[in-house]
Amino acid sequence: MTIRTVRHNRVELALHEVAAGERPGVRPLLLLHGLGERTPDRVPPGVSWPGPVLGLDFTGHGRSSVPVGGGYTSEILVGDVDAALDATGPVTILGRGLGAYIGLLIAAARPELVRGVVLADGPGLAGGGINPGSPDLPYAPVVPVPPAQAASPDPFALLELSRDVRPADYAQTFVRFVVEGSDLEEPLFVAAVVRPQWLEGVASEPGVGRGTVPTGLGRYAAVE
Amino acid sequence: MGASPEPVDAGDGTFPGARPPDRVRTVDSSGITLSVKEWGDPDAPPIAVAHGGFDFARTYDVFAPMLAEAGWRVVAWDQRGHGDSDHAHLYSWEADLRDAATVIDSVSLDPMPFLGHSKGGSLMMHLANAVPYRLSAMVNLDGIPSHRNMSDVSDHERKRMVRRELELWLDHRKRAATKQRRPGTIQELAERRGRMNPRLSVEWLRHLVTVGARHDADGWRWKIDPTLRLGGFGPWRPEWSMARLPGIAAPVLAVLGAEPELMGWGTQPEDVLPILPAGAVFRALDGVGHFVHIEQPRLVADMVLDFLS
Repeated sequence: MTIRTVRHNRVELALHEVAAGERPGVRPLLLLHGLGERTPDRVPPGVSWPGPVLGLDFTGHGRSSVPVGGGYTSEILVGDVDAALDATGPVTILGRGLGAYIGLLIAAARPELVRGVVLADGPGLAGGGINPGSPDLPYAPVVPVPPAQAASPDPFALLELSRDVRPADYAQTFVRFVVEGSDLEEPLFVAAVVRPQWLEGVASEPGVGRGTVPTGLGRYAAVE
Repeated sequence: MGASPEPVDAGDGTFPGARPPDRVRTVDSSGITLSVKEWGDPDAPPIAVAHGGFDFARTYDVFAPMLAEAGWRVVAWDQRGHGDSDHAHLYSWEADLRDAATVIDSVSLDPMPFLGHSKGGSLMMHLANAVPYRLSAMVNLDGIPSHRNMSDVSDHERKRMVRRELELWLDHRKRAATKQRRPGTIQELAERRGRMNPRLSVEWLRHLVTVGARHDADGWRWKIDPTLRLGGFGPWRPEWSMARLPGIAAPVLAVLGAEPELMGWGTQPEDVLPILPAGAVFRALDGVGHFVHIEQPRLVADMVLDFLS
């Protein structure tokens, strides 16, 4: 597995090539992992793609650098993927959990570079729900990690991205951007069995397919 | 917690009433070094003071000494990426809250008044709900958001603006790694900031340059992290902050600058009155803009001192 480094502001991100693919000319599949996960070492079960399979480790995850002092938001991770797209060119995205939500947002921002997103189950899918809860104080992680031992995944990422509020109408606004900006009939495909409210909202929008991961990937593999 | 005093830049000393902090120290918040500025007797009762977005602690150079002279220990800090505090990898509301709590912890674990302007007012309202046992009184200076921003924009137009904002934000992120603030003379920086703060005098803005910018070989540059940017996108909506007000049990003073301007929320008294907690003191200042404590420092300081007494 080869690794390229992509820079997003002050963070170095690891962009992995998980498989070279049988048909290297085909647009890559980009895997976006769930909260607390990392890019897998090999193509996961149930995933079939004719071209290269790549994976991006989000900020504070896997082999990407761990920032000092937390401050994570989903919106920042969208910038991670945007930086990776500069290196990859057009891709199809398979996002798990948190990665599914980020996949939706980046497709809205760069519909010309994201040719289909399959949204799958995985850690961090729900985020912090559709409304902020009772205000509490997000103190340092339960188990503080001294900077010298800065470990991945970053406890701040685990804490903050599991509290990240995702209103359904906010997510639906992004669906409309994707549909307006893409020439695919159904540029988003919900394969997640678990559907928190934001994802239920997404799945109810026109232009969003529903089914299994293999069906979704098969559909996007068949389009230019 | 580091507490070593640092030399204090006195500014150019020409702005009437402006006084540098009596003490400057640093606080470590999970690896981010925050610069804390204090005015007044170190043994006086403390008041924690939060600045607004794109400001810094020394925007209180006139207002804070007025509170200090009346017997308070005013503790303000530069939020991460602002003023003399570290530029961080990441910025978020939660990180700002954590930083605020770390600074307050470094002062005392006993309840104290919280005061905040603009974004700082919203931060303090969140803390007031999260740690009510640390709060003795809440002063909010034009820091109550409302729906009025862009209220006359149609839904379709708003969606287009959001989409454009998303692209602009990502484009900014790409440039951010190598971005530097543009250098200039004191007068040039003051004039640039004047576009965001049209109601503030050029003399005041020049003072802000001398304490909020650094002097490089090619000119003055604002210290604020160039990766920070007004706007941006996210799910936040004003009612999330407004909902923090009604539940505050400690005495509340809410001050509104009634004059609409670019950096303000456009909040009107009728937005605030229905959400005030029982017993709260509310003042809407006619003819005063968003920076109530800078436009009318004496008036607002007296209001705050009267309330805290």
